Amino acid sequence: MKKNKRSFGGLGQLTIPVIALALLILFNLVRDLIFIYYLKVPNYVSFFSIELTKNNMENMVLAGNLISIINGASELAILAMGMTLVTAACGGQDISVGAAAAIAGSVFVKVLKSSSSITGVTVAIAFVCACIVAMLFSSFNGTLVAIFKIQPMIATLILYTCGRSIAYWINGGATPTVDSPLITAIGGFIPGIPVPTPVLIVIAVALLFKLIFKFTSLELFTQSVGINGSAARLNGINSTFIKLLSFIILGVCVAFSGSIGVSRLGLINHETLLIDIEMDTILAVAIGGNSLGGGKFKIGGSIIGAYVIQMLTITLYAMKVSSTDVKAYKAIVIILLVVIGSPVVKAKFEKLMSNIRRSGQSISMKGAQ
Amino acid sequence: MENCLLKMRHIEKRFPGVLALNNVDFTLRKGEIHALMGENGAGKSTLIKILTGVYQMDAGEISIEDTAVSIRSPEDAQNKGISTVYQEITLCPNLTVAENMFIGRGNGGWVRHKEYEKRADEILKQLGIPARSSQQLGSCSLAVQQMVAIARAVDQKCKVLILDEPTSSLDDKEVNMLFDLMRDLKSKGVGIIFVTHFLEQVYEVSDRITVLRNGELVGEYLVEELPQVELVSKMIGKELDELSTLKECDEEDLSQREVFYEAKSLSSSDAEPFDFFIHKGEVNGFTGLLGSGRSESVRAIFGADKVTGGDVTIKGKHAKITRPIDAMKHGIGYLAEDRKRDGIIAELSVRENIMLALQVMNGFFRPISRSESEAFADEYIKVLNIKTASRETPVGSLSGGNQQKVILARWLLTHPDYLILDEPTRGIDVGTKLEIQKLVLKLAEEGVSVTFISSEVEEMLRTCSRLIVMRDRHIVGELKGKDLNQAQVMKTIAGGEA
Repeated sequence: MKKNKRSFGGLGQLTIPVIALALLILFNLVRDLIFIYYLKVPNYVSFFSIELTKNNMENMVLAGNLISIINGASELAILAMGMTLVTAACGGQDISVGAAAAIAGSVFVKVLKSSSSITGVTVAIAFVCACIVAMLFSSFNGTLVAIFKIQPMIATLILYTCGRSIAYWINGGATPTVDSPLITAIGGFIPGIPVPTPVLIVIAVALLFKLIFKFTSLELFTQSVGINGSAARLNGINSTFIKLLSFIILGVCVAFSGSIGVSRLGLINHETLLIDIEMDTILAVAIGGNSLGGGKFKIGGSIIGAYVIQMLTITLYAMKVSSTDVKAYKAIVIILLVVIGSPVVKAKFEKLMSNIRRSGQSISMKGAQ
Repeated sequence: MENCLLKMRHIEKRFPGVLALNNVDFTLRKGEIHALMGENGAGKSTLIKILTGVYQMDAGEISIEDTAVSIRSPEDAQNKGISTVYQEITLCPNLTVAENMFIGRGNGGWVRHKEYEKRADEILKQLGIPARSSQQLGSCSLAVQQMVAIARAVDQKCKVLILDEPTSSLDDKEVNMLFDLMRDLKSKGVGIIFVTHFLEQVYEVSDRITVLRNGELVGEYLVEELPQVELVSKMIGKELDELSTLKECDEEDLSQREVFYEAKSLSSSDAEPFDFFIHKGEVNGFTGLLGSGRSESVRAIFGADKVTGGDVTIKGKHAKITRPIDAMKHGIGYLAEDRKRDGIIAELSVRENIMLALQVMNGFFRPISRSESEAFADEYIKVLNIKTASRETPVGSLSGGNQQKVILARWLLTHPDYLILDEPTRGIDVGTKLEIQKLVLKLAEEGVSVTFISSEVEEMLRTCSRLIVMRDRHIVGELKGKDLNQAQVMKTIAGGEA
């Protein structure tokens, strides 16, 4: 009886992202089987094949569709984690993360460029600077939301609009390149480790969140503020602080994403770096089963959501869909996901399940008699 | 039963972990006012929601005028002649009375103001409702708004009218107006189902009473055959002698004890300056009509509104309380008047709701471990007898009384020295009320100071040893000892002593 409450697969909030991921895997499996056993295409490479190859830096690295999915979704996954917190606390989304990441990336490059040689220390300093700047901008957003009570989407529209111009000014309008094995290692592979570095950074950030949740009351307080701000205040929770904090944490995520994005290319292009990523980020949060109206949240759901989006893109590319068409196909799948996850469909499904269960019970009871 | 209007037989409804209704029968006759009584969680609302198509029953049958029907949705219920007027008025205050009576009634989208107003005026006159059809609904009193809602329902060819706590926000005069309307409808052959917590009102206006307890039918009675005391004992399933013996007021002189909290001309954005003190282990109360400023005053004590002035001393030491967290750090707990808005975090579990205040006091960087919070939750679920499927159940799915107990548990867990309870028993069944009153007295015995606010004067007389009376946002009197009786309280509230 107790299980009923969480029915719909028993995973609770994680049901939709997990089902979506499973469906995508199933789809590719079926497609593989058709190509290999039915069409008998010679030299067909399975969607799931992972191989160890030498890259152009003479490192042994993992390659394959799955790796590019996990690697390519890194920036998205990190931003989605931060966005989950902001969504939960403020009941709205930050649409300036892409522009803010361009600013953070520009600062990262600017600091790297200003030093004579790029060492581990300079990279660390550059990242800390990027972090501080991103946190400053996100606390500007946070102040508008938490203190001036402006709707998050409107408040962050400001930085969304002007962010890339600010990024442009930072490097004097140029798109400087950084040529250093260290940066290549951050954006690609560390010699001797076959796993892409961005993936390792995602794991590190996820662990960081885990630790924060373990050693602070952030999760409980954020959810309380998001669900019932008035009650949270009367229980002594400083909701302004919690909202501001969620934005500042998102700022750190932005700095991580921006720095990864820059490191991948070895240059900063303020116009294209992580362009349109804010919408994918919000989508990842939604696919993760989190209410965009705030309240209860699951960071894990958003991470899976990010991988679902990336897997969808790579699947479409693997099917030779052109990059201009990909967006349209993505939209179709997303409509399906969102409708399946909607409360209306959920309720219908739950009713169906309970009917099946009941008829199953009555049959077994009859059988017992 | 030739004039039988509505028959519900063997109704069954399950929710996760609970059998909300088990084999319940209910019968409504033409031209009858039928009170549906029971504690919170007895199954009243579930039964009503099945009847109005909000929930689907799992088993049972419903027939209207001897024809079996199935009610699929609220619209379906309305088409079959079942109308509901809820506790909260669900009309639009910024539209006119006539518009409110006719909007959304499937007349092709054309709004014919003149015709509507004429018809509305006829209906209002016929029912004796003191309102003009062209008037904005928001400008009418709550009672009249409620009556307009009823008029709207009645005009839709309704046979069964459900009134769910219609009187909870009305004053005595307004209640009488509503009752006249109910009697009028009754004489026109409408069957009325009346749900309320006010026992006196049941006896004033109803013909029959059906009592539910724990999702089961206790019985159906004629009002004349069921004295009030017996009704209460049927509702809570135990004899009521305990009620009277609650407080054999230990008239020991409290003034000997130390003063725990004292405020001099304390004021907030919502409260006029006032003086107040409470002894250790004392139970006192604020009373007065709605809007007299009693809630605003206790909110000022807790720092819930913006504190604008005043001197506060706690245990003889100067204290500065401007935010709730300050009050909490001084050992003050506050159970807010509006449970839904200011109390529960609905989607969080019972466990999380219970640990919330303690966690806030522990601080951001010292989270209570999972196992510890589970132990706390289990302890208080047991101590306060909270009925929940498990400690991880979202608190929003509990009945009102149990939600209130969860919030009480939240504050008890912080081991407060001073607990402010604003309307802790509102909308709660008799049994839980009694439990909460007992708890208050027990806390006082343990040395906790309690300020208790309730709309029911009787309840305050039973628990408080000192009553502070407020009128028009000022303290107008303080009653204790032999002055502590209903007549004196009423007189002071009304300002009769001048």
